[in-house]
Amino acid sequence: MSDTSSSKYIIELKNVSFVYGEGTPFRSEALTDVSVGIERGTVTGIIGHTGSGKSTLVQLLNGLIKPQSGTVLLDGRDIWADPKKIGQVRFRVGLVFQYPEYQLFEETVWRDIAFGPRNMGLPEDEIKRRVSEAMAFVGLDEKLADASPFELSGGQKRRVAIAGVIAMEPEVLVLDEPAAGLDPMGREEILGGVWSYQRRKKSTVVIVSHSMEDMARFCDRLIVMCGGRVSMTGTCADIFRQADRLTEIGLDIPQITRLIFALKARGVDIDTDIYTIDRAKAVIEEMIKQKRSGSRC
Amino acid sequence: MLKDITLGQFFPGDSPLHKLDPRTKLILTTVYIILVFVARGAPGFAVILLFTLAMIAASKIPAKIILRGLRPLVFIITFTAIINLFWTKGENLLFRLGFIEIYSEGVLYAVLMVLRVVLLLLGSSVLLTYTTSPIALTDGLEQLLSPLKKLRVPVHEFAMMMTIALRFIPTLIEETDKIMNAQKARGVDFSSGGIIRRAKALIPILIPLFVSAFRRADELAIAMECRCYRGGEGRTRMKVLKLSYRDLVASVIFVFFTAAVIAANVFIPWLSV
Ligand SMILES: Nc1ncnc2c1ncn2[C@@H]1O[C@H](COP(=O)(O)OP(=O)(O)OP(=O)(O)O)[C@@H](O)[C@H]1O
Ligand SMILES: [Mg+2]
Repeated sequence: MSDTSSSKYIIELKNVSFVYGEGTPFRSEALTDVSVGIERGTVTGIIGHTGSGKSTLVQLLNGLIKPQSGTVLLDGRDIWADPKKIGQVRFRVGLVFQYPEYQLFEETVWRDIAFGPRNMGLPEDEIKRRVSEAMAFVGLDEKLADASPFELSGGQKRRVAIAGVIAMEPEVLVLDEPAAGLDPMGREEILGGVWSYQRRKKSTVVIVSHSMEDMARFCDRLIVMCGGRVSMTGTCADIFRQADRLTEIGLDIPQITRLIFALKARGVDIDTDIYTIDRAKAVIEEMIKQKRSGSRC
Repeated sequence: MLKDITLGQFFPGDSPLHKLDPRTKLILTTVYIILVFVARGAPGFAVILLFTLAMIAASKIPAKIILRGLRPLVFIITFTAIINLFWTKGENLLFRLGFIEIYSEGVLYAVLMVLRVVLLLLGSSVLLTYTTSPIALTDGLEQLLSPLKKLRVPVHEFAMMMTIALRFIPTLIEETDKIMNAQKARGVDFSSGGIIRRAKALIPILIPLFVSAFRRADELAIAMECRCYRGGEGRTRMKVLKLSYRDLVASVIFVFFTAAVIAANVFIPWLSV
């Protein structure tokens, strides 16, 4: 990465506002004066109650919609500087929509995943490599490659759709509620797959989700949306520490963090910066061990 | 965006026109259309024009929206004007250039014909489509046509089909929008390339759209059966259409309006066509 472009943010929104149906009786202001940055090489989570503008925000990131005011910078350059080149932006910022299973159309799973890479004009062997890799990331069995996407289960369709965007190997991968409506195993596999994709390719990932547990486990940073505005940004610890503010805007903290807060309230001397079960387990085990050795002496 | 195509173009509001019973509006619109065709002289057209403007004012719909509704017809209007202007032969030659001859009758004809088309559209849209929700419209139609049931015309089924079709137009448009966006995110380009490339770019849109339309139809049929839908026989309504004093007032106004147009036709048919 060259020095000039290696600012902290790969994508930056500056004073962005977006209105649906401007000039009609159905006008609705979805985003108001949003300024926020996505840090390079991180997994950033976007949380917010329903209708807070998350889906609108992610569609701005790859230029599917154009803000009425404000700028969207990718690597420091305004993506709308040359509207003809917006196609290139969409290859660099891959977006998986909320409920993406409806976008499948090809005869086979393999061809559907290859659709994006093919639109990029990649050579055939490169497409092949990317498709198999993408299928592995999302946990799709090789055997399904020749199945029709319309015969798959909902969860499998979801994986195909996500693989279709991963196969484009975008610099920034944006997923709008990728795990909504899946079983715990499915959530785990999809989010885990995205996470390992991010580590392997050193790319940047943005995930929208309603599950605080998932966010705590997979995200480095969080953006909290409320009523079309960004209400907080920071690391998971920064955000979950402010449980009161989150509750105020109708959000929650991870269950395990609640438990830790409750322990603290009962006088247990414990660090409250805990928001995953694994970490809680480690800390509590450590405490128990110390207590045992302490009582023995 | 696709949403900007206003199909059905219902414009919600609570003006006196919005509050009329759809049956009244259907009948009055028919009367209005007949009057527009019956009018011959300039005074008759003037009466209709004034009346239409009054209706637009009463509907409280912004003039901008109404003018936008005329846009698709610009071609037809221009065409009507040109045909009438150049092809009407009369006695009073105004202008000649080679084989092109324009008579004053031609000008009059063109003006009145354009006025007729514009009035037809303005009047029926203000009286009906802009101020009546599609659902109310089909309800009204069903009731008006219900005598035909005696002749074994499946009026209820037709009305139900129309209601469902109208109900799903916005949904399908929204869905198309969503699918288009999803495919754009995968690099489909709809706006460049030759006609074949553009047609090919539609495949990733049309297939998912059809799949979901069929799925929706299936689900809707099942949902309707689950709620014991079994056709129109013995079915009651949640919203029963009721005529009120408004409908009476509107009808009386229309009687005067009709009388005025006919009187203008008979007694002052100046500049008639
Ligand atoms: N296509 C659209 N046309 C008009 N208004 C829209 C459209 N899409 C979203 N909105 C409005 O914009 C606002 C933000 O919607 P958005 O979809 O961004 O919310 P969200 O945070 O993604 O919600 P959810 O968690 O339910 O997905 C909402 O008030 C919504 O009504
Ligand atoms: Mg959303």
